[in-house]
Amino acid sequence: MNKKKERRFFIFVCTAPALILLSLFILVPTVEVFRMSLYKWGGFSNNQVFVGLENFRKLWNDLNFFRSLQNSILLIVVVTLFTMVLSVLFATLLSREKLKGNNFFRIIFYIPNILSIVVIAGIFSAVYDPSTGLLNNLLAVFKLESLQKMWLGDQKIAIYSIGGALVWQAVGYYMVMYMSSMASIPESFYEASSLEGAGRITQFFSITLPLIWNNIRTTLTFFIISTINLSFLLVQAMTGGGPDGSTEVFLSYMYKQAYTNSSYGYGMAIGVVIFLFSFALSAIISQVTKREVLEY
Amino acid sequence: MKKFKDMSADTVYRLFIYVALITLAISIVIPVAWVFLASIKQNAEFYGSPWVMPKGFYFQNFIDAFEKANMGSYMLNSIMVTALALLILLVVAVPASYVLARYTFRGSKLMNTLFKAGLFINVNYIVVPIFLMLLKGDTFLRGQFGDGFLLDNLFILAVIYAATALPFTIYLMSSYFQTLPSTFEEAAFIDGAGYFKTMIKVMIPMARPSIIAVILFNFLSFWNEYIIALTLIPGPNKTLPVGLMNLMAAQKSAANYGQMYAGMVLVMLPTLILYILVQKKLTQGMSLGGLKD
Repeated sequence: MNKKKERRFFIFVCTAPALILLSLFILVPTVEVFRMSLYKWGGFSNNQVFVGLENFRKLWNDLNFFRSLQNSILLIVVVTLFTMVLSVLFATLLSREKLKGNNFFRIIFYIPNILSIVVIAGIFSAVYDPSTGLLNNLLAVFKLESLQKMWLGDQKIAIYSIGGALVWQAVGYYMVMYMSSMASIPESFYEASSLEGAGRITQFFSITLPLIWNNIRTTLTFFIISTINLSFLLVQAMTGGGPDGSTEVFLSYMYKQAYTNSSYGYGMAIGVVIFLFSFALSAIISQVTKREVLEY
Repeated sequence: MKKFKDMSADTVYRLFIYVALITLAISIVIPVAWVFLASIKQNAEFYGSPWVMPKGFYFQNFIDAFEKANMGSYMLNSIMVTALALLILLVVAVPASYVLARYTFRGSKLMNTLFKAGLFINVNYIVVPIFLMLLKGDTFLRGQFGDGFLLDNLFILAVIYAATALPFTIYLMSSYFQTLPSTFEEAAFIDGAGYFKTMIKVMIPMARPSIIAVILFNFLSFWNEYIIALTLIPGPNKTLPVGLMNLMAAQKSAANYGQMYAGMVLVMLPTLILYILVQKKLTQGMSLGGLKD
């Protein structure tokens, strides 16, 4: 009997602090996001008026929101495509080929992942600067002045420049992840296939890719979620959504409405839509890419 | 003859691989290294080509960043918040992970589900509600005691950092605890050790690898974080990344380039040093825990 009490006390002491912190700072605010999206609440007055789905109806007619939607989808597609191709390619090279300095390259490629997004924003502001930037001056060295651009000033280009910084940031991270899943493919598969005369490219498409497919599928979800999040952090620190809203993304628009403009209700409605969007997109992608899991 | 031809094709292929690898390596190293070089340049040097080496070692930038731009006190704030948040996180998360991994009790299933659900909620969505909650709390406190202390408070910031890191940390550590054999606990119980003693003396030391991974990952994310700090600390007690953001914004009008790059070095140097020391653990830890962000 005493033992039972002791056990209960032990469990309570160990889990209660975690449960309290989780509820107070994650679960309650999440519920608040959904609740507040149904209210009209502006400014610092405590005046909340229940308006039902009015915020969502307003959102439907908000051109700025659709612009941020367009930018976010563009970034998700472009960043995922480039990052995935590059990181799978480099992971294959580093894990399949016996190279000098293998470890060195892995260490270098992972560096962007440990930097603060604010630092990355600073680095790329220096890279993209129109007159004293690294990129434009590099192009000048190679006599390619025609390719010089206002990387962050041109409304058509700015969003791709943001995408470039995001790819730079992510390649090493996903590469390390694919490498750890490639490491578990038995070497004998490659030996057997090369005895039958399969080249490197055939090996990649008929051994490596099918066997890491499940890992790739998982990372697709990460790509969607992390692009939505990181693009916000980067845009916020680098362009603030400008020039003229051309780099506004989902969450930066939400933050602008909810925090800077103090239209809390409307901002939270945007948050709800993004949340549901990212879930739906992840679910669709994971259904579409479903293949039979290969056992080995 | 055939053999010779094969070999040359192979050489070309290897050459191509090295070119690809070196290109990516350069495109990562050069911008980072450039910031380090820029941090010791004098302001006048920024008006020419950015590819010119610094003329000398202009350390004044760092002194200016520390004193004029307040980066010194921001750095102290960052060190304090990061250390405190890590401490809170470990004290709260380690016992919870252990219990969730090892004990079934009434509500344990629900608790596991709640923590798993927490994995799907990114802090960017909830930072404004957290801000409003603290604001409301402050208004209430001001009404009661004449003063509010929830916003602009580094301790509260550390608590919130720890809270937002909880779901991932508990996920990582409880899956590690599950892999440990239960014979050790049984032996400890037979020897008469109580629940607490068994956990602290036997199980937690065995979970060291996962604790180290948790410290590494979260050190990086707490040190680098800026959106929560920006939202919850509107006053002068900023953390280092937020201070750097201010420097970057100020630089647009005042053109204090050297100071800004010195500030960037201050933010990234600790993480780079840590990374060089423990890079193997970090990239291995990733396969251990799966994922972050």
